[in-house]
Amino acid sequence: MTLTELANPTRFLSLATRILPWLAMATGILLAIGLYQSAMAPDDYQQGATVKIMFIHVPNAWLSMFVWGVMSVASLGTLVWRHPLADVAAKAAAPIGAAFTFLALVTGSLWGRPMWGTYWEWDARLTSVLILFLMYLGLIALWRAVEDPSRAARAAAVLTLVGAINIPIIKFSVDWWNTLHQPASVMKMGGSSLDKSFLIPLLVMAVAFSLLFITLHLAAMRNEILRRRLRALQMLQASKPVALP
Amino acid sequence: MALGPYASFIVTSYALVAAVVLILIVWIAIDHRRVRARLHELESSGAARRSGRGATDLT
Repeated sequence: MTLTELANPTRFLSLATRILPWLAMATGILLAIGLYQSAMAPDDYQQGATVKIMFIHVPNAWLSMFVWGVMSVASLGTLVWRHPLADVAAKAAAPIGAAFTFLALVTGSLWGRPMWGTYWEWDARLTSVLILFLMYLGLIALWRAVEDPSRAARAAAVLTLVGAINIPIIKFSVDWWNTLHQPASVMKMGGSSLDKSFLIPLLVMAVAFSLLFITLHLAAMRNEILRRRLRALQMLQASKPVALP
Repeated sequence: MALGPYASFIVTSYALVAAVVLILIVWIAIDHRRVRARLHELESSGAARRSGRGATDLT
């Protein structure tokens, strides 16, 4: 099935309904494996058992940026190709991305208190992720403020593409500025510096959370398509001439 | 599995992630039911799409 064929919302609904149970099952199984491996992972020689927070903090942090990336591609789809599902994809992804960013901030804070001695520090990494969270909230507010979905879509697409500048800032903030946050230890030149006993559970959890995002995103897109059909039906009903007695 | 002196930070982190993920799942499921119910309600009152197909038809 090509991208052009998927542009048909009915075809997309049919495909999403068929694959959602399988995706949900795969997500559940991988999450269970990842959680088991995380529980069994050894303590770190410096951080002790608090290293277990990494297995949920890092996937959420990765996804907070990845979801904005997905929304940016969808925004291009809205503005350049006018793909009928592009703004549906962007709108459906925003609350999920906001939730992942919120979790990255809070779990990072809970990890920071025992390791750094503080819940929060206004350094480049933490502040840029907080800005990302606020941008997600702004986008959700924009979608809700404009009633016509196509007008809201164009404004949201521009805002999303402007906001995408924050993603490389988040990624490289630990290299560009002197921050309390540790530098990259998985995705870096020369390979990961993490030991296999930590790296494997982390990667399993990252794949599990990515599958969770795909599952939730498809389900939320399905809801959004149905909501637009509901709106169209309501407008059709409202435009029907009323027979006068 | 001993979590050491910072067990409360670890347990709170995992509990919070579980709670937020659960809220997301329940919110999306409730939204789906609500939209479908309103569509059925509207269609049973005689409203129809221009194509003549049902709003939740998959074919």
